[in-house]
Amino acid sequence: MSGEQVHVLHDEHEAGHGTFKGYVTGFVLSVVLTAIPFWLVMGDVLEDPRVTAFFVMALAVVQIVVHMIYFLHMNTQSEGGWNMLALIFTLVLVVITIAGSLWVMYHLNTNMMLMHGHEPGALSAPADPSGMGSGHNAAPAPAGGHGAGHAGHGMSDMP
Amino acid sequence: MANASHAAALAGTDEEPRFYVAEEEGHAAGGTLLGFWIYLMSDCLIFAVLFACYGVYGRSFAAGPTPADLFDLRLIAFATAMLLFSSITYGFAMLEMERKRKGATLMWLAVTGLFGLAFLGVELYEFNHLIHEGAGPQRSAFLSSFFALVGTHGLHVTFGVIWLVVLMVQVAQRGLVAENRRRLMCLSMFWHFLDVIWIGVFSYVYLLGVLQ
Repeated sequence: MSGEQVHVLHDEHEAGHGTFKGYVTGFVLSVVLTAIPFWLVMGDVLEDPRVTAFFVMALAVVQIVVHMIYFLHMNTQSEGGWNMLALIFTLVLVVITIAGSLWVMYHLNTNMMLMHGHEPGALSAPADPSGMGSGHNAAPAPAGGHGAGHAGHGMSDMP
Repeated sequence: MANASHAAALAGTDEEPRFYVAEEEGHAAGGTLLGFWIYLMSDCLIFAVLFACYGVYGRSFAAGPTPADLFDLRLIAFATAMLLFSSITYGFAMLEMERKRKGATLMWLAVTGLFGLAFLGVELYEFNHLIHEGAGPQRSAFLSSFFALVGTHGLHVTFGVIWLVVLMVQVAQRGLVAENRRRLMCLSMFWHFLDVIWIGVFSYVYLLGVLQ
């Protein structure tokens, strides 16, 4: 019985909050993990922007884990594991949402750029597979923002 | 679940009533915190959709300004620092709450609120600046998705500050009773969660935006 009491109190404590040391550790780690990416970008430290982008995102992921552990007190035991289960389920949905959207829209954008035709000959080519190419250009639809200006940048630099 | 099996295992003992009291108290608070966590996870999905939207439209400038033209990283670094400071001061408030020190809890909550307001001030200044430069949400798909994502986060912080003020009034009037402690724990999760979202925003939107 007394063992159970101790267990219950222990649970309550876990669900609550960390220690002073825990908060300070999390804060110091966060400051370092925030300062490094800002320094990398503002100081133009690395030559290749893709390498910089990789480090920025990697450090962001590490910092999110630090926040989860030291500020949100996540562990596999809290609420009998349901917190962690909900988190894992959410992360799966988040990854599907973001990665899926970027993947699908990247291909869609690539195809639309081909249809608009950046090469001069593309419009007059008789073998326009969709038959939409000429009409689309004669009367630019309001939604055709991709065709304007910076469309050439496209999604090719997507991390 | 675990509670049910504990109850079943102890159903035969004669100290049964005493056990149930302790378990029910713990269960009630735990239920709220788990429920609030699940709310935060659903909020996380809203931000996932907004991030996906920004990821898709973030390079559609419509011949308009690009992130490198618009964003001032020193300002963003300052806003990030404000939010990070507010996270640790909220942590200190929770520690004082555990020690049942009402005055110190209120003091740290007030400091947290001030840091939150400083963050909001920077964000409003930035939005105002962008709109006056002609880079409002209607300028391009990039700016629409930018304002939607960062604006939604800012709205969350705004309501977090309102909630904080309401809780300060409640703590001042009723003290650190069990209900107020539970509410403070919920707001703690909310506040730290907003800081987690901001990590994604400053990394993906601002730093990677300026990079390219």
